[in-house]
Amino acid sequence: MVSTKTPERAHGKMMTGAEIFVRSLVEEGVEVVFGYPGGAVIGIYDALHDITDIRHILTRHEQGATHAAEGYAKASGKPGVVLVTSGPGATNTVTGIADAYMDSIPIVIFTGQVAVKMIGNDAFQEADIVGITRPITKHNFLVKDVRELTRTIKEAFFIATTGRPGPVLVDLPKDVMAQKTLFEYPKSVELRGYQPVVEGNAKQVKKAAELISKAKRPVLYVGGGVINSNAARELQILAEKLRCPVTTTLHGLGAFPEGNALSMGMLGMHGTWYSNVAVSYCDVLIAIGARFDDRVTGKVEAFAVEAKKVHIDIDPAAISKNVPVDVPIVGDVKHVLRALTELVEPLDTADWLATIAQWKAEHPLRYKHDDSLRAQHVIQALGDLTSGDAVVVTDVGQHQMWAAQFYRWKHPRSHITSGGLGTMGFSLPASMGAAFANPKHPVVSISGDGGFQMNSQELATIVQHQLPIKIFVINNGFLGMVRQWQELFWRKRYSHVDITAPDFVKLAEAYGCKALRVAAPSEVENAIQTALEYHEGPILIEFVVAREDNVYPMIPAGQTINELMDNPDPVLPSGNGSSTKSHTMVHVKG
Amino acid sequence: MAHTASSGSTATRGTPEPKEKQHTIALLVENHFGAFNRIAGLFAAKGYNIDSLTVGPTEEKEISRMTIVTHGDDQIIEQIVKQLHKLIDTIKVIDLTFEPFVERELVLVKVQSTTSTRAEIMQISEIFRAKVVDISPKTVMLEATGSQQKVDAIINMLKPFGIRELARTGRVALKREFQGEV
Repeated sequence: MVSTKTPERAHGKMMTGAEIFVRSLVEEGVEVVFGYPGGAVIGIYDALHDITDIRHILTRHEQGATHAAEGYAKASGKPGVVLVTSGPGATNTVTGIADAYMDSIPIVIFTGQVAVKMIGNDAFQEADIVGITRPITKHNFLVKDVRELTRTIKEAFFIATTGRPGPVLVDLPKDVMAQKTLFEYPKSVELRGYQPVVEGNAKQVKKAAELISKAKRPVLYVGGGVINSNAARELQILAEKLRCPVTTTLHGLGAFPEGNALSMGMLGMHGTWYSNVAVSYCDVLIAIGARFDDRVTGKVEAFAVEAKKVHIDIDPAAISKNVPVDVPIVGDVKHVLRALTELVEPLDTADWLATIAQWKAEHPLRYKHDDSLRAQHVIQALGDLTSGDAVVVTDVGQHQMWAAQFYRWKHPRSHITSGGLGTMGFSLPASMGAAFANPKHPVVSISGDGGFQMNSQELATIVQHQLPIKIFVINNGFLGMVRQWQELFWRKRYSHVDITAPDFVKLAEAYGCKALRVAAPSEVENAIQTALEYHEGPILIEFVVAREDNVYPMIPAGQTINELMDNPDPVLPSGNGSSTKSHTMVHVKG
Repeated sequence: MAHTASSGSTATRGTPEPKEKQHTIALLVENHFGAFNRIAGLFAAKGYNIDSLTVGPTEEKEISRMTIVTHGDDQIIEQIVKQLHKLIDTIKVIDLTFEPFVERELVLVKVQSTTSTRAEIMQISEIFRAKVVDISPKTVMLEATGSQQKVDAIINMLKPFGIRELARTGRVALKREFQGEV
């Protein structure tokens, strides 16, 4: 849908707050709003009734609206917008806001509020949402005067989308939305306390280049900042110029094509064996748009101890927060990478790359091949059949890690997941947002049977709009990741992880969604092909997989590379690996 | 984020750990609704210590000045400064600790007195250049200003007479200007 700007004649007219609000969204180029009406926003919904530039998507729960906005933002790079009522409408957005905050996703949430003079009186559907969301938003506002409305909206979008992106909430009291004033939309923003740095400090970039020039075993450690900065191209140029191997975080997946020989896939708790070992052996670690999260580092004192560290990030507070670095560069990744690439020369990494290639052959990602259907097989088949060109939205748990490991990511913005907060129930509503943002590519939602049940109500929204989403439910009848931890670290005492579910095929059909069930490995490819060729609306496939299977490799929480557990299953001869070394405990040092 | 000092974020005067130093941080913030909460909330959420926190208007009416006294090791202090800076309402953050600065605190202290002790209390007051601001047959109220140490000292001197009530402002501070070569 193409947005048309407000006609000039709208400017300078007397309007109500509600009309101004809607006009302001049009000015910001907002095309889709995910929302849910209610008493405190009824005036805004009245103003929305006449607007054709903005598509309003009625979700079935406000949490769904927030995740949809996140999915939209991640897939498009544009801000996602949420509109909900006061009280419970507002509090239902909290999980999605916290999720967007942890994962640096630009969304703007507009909440209704009771009238200004009622605030603090425990009025019907009143909640102090500005207070509640203060620690989980990049910034938030309460608009107490209609004359502040346009400036506040302009600032909200500016703050959400610049610097390190994040959620911004604007609380709109009902009476303010009814007050009238002249409509003038500001052209620019003046915030003296907020001036994100874009260009990296030239001296620091030079220092980084000098450090890198001495590297014998360099590694590029790449996070979601590269995707937020739209810098995948710049990253590839740098990596290839340096001949430097690349590992990505969960949110960095897609920033560097895994088909490239320099790719080592994901690192961290469930990263590849070789990326984790390479990081612990490397002598220069170049962190780009990543934040040394504990799921990446394990025990921080033991993380990449051999390495001098360069850290490029737009957020000064992310630097030296968890791990002290030698050369910090604050700035927009794209700009810094361009400057850095000019200053570096190709490195002699032939030996280093050969060592990594050998590790790859000896310790590939793998899974058990037997009569049971396995999630890894489903994901690998999806990767093959889509050639890595789909937008894949995962939930949280084992399937999420297997998707990260086995899909073979190719494109930025093709992998969408809840990383920092780890919000089960994220995938289905987020895939809806991705489908509105990116109608050209197939959108695949993957959930477990647990996570799917947390926001399955959004099937109604997806069916209403006939969004052609391929919805995969990986059903093992367990909360699999918790079960895995209980198996490995809690003496197999399976406490409340055995979860029942409705008949997913019947459930989908009840919503009016086409559905299939797959239980045999031989049916996987056909079923996925059927789903990919079905464009008329959503299709759900339930994959009934092995009840108990574990995600490997694994570095247990808070531990070091020495506790890295590789997959106990043998390396198949079909892979390049000839080694049958299994369940290795690595001893890197010495 | 390894910091878990027992004093948490409440306004306590916890004893700094060996590697920890006390820092005085001056902050200019937009005088916006909720700006104070944002800063206090940051300290609570991240588990930073607040030894004292003062807030008041400045020469510009849209700007408030806050003076925060906190303690922690170098890494924590670096994070505190960066996190404060990250807040949208924060205009300027200055760690005064490594600069010459003037700090003052004000205390109002109500001391028990009798005709026989009143003169001695007045004497102590004079030594500290404090002022008598209220007097009753059984009490004297003094007002004293100075560094934290000076305020601590006068309170200690008055303790033996019996302190009825006491109110301290917490620290305010400004950087000294360059005086020229000596």
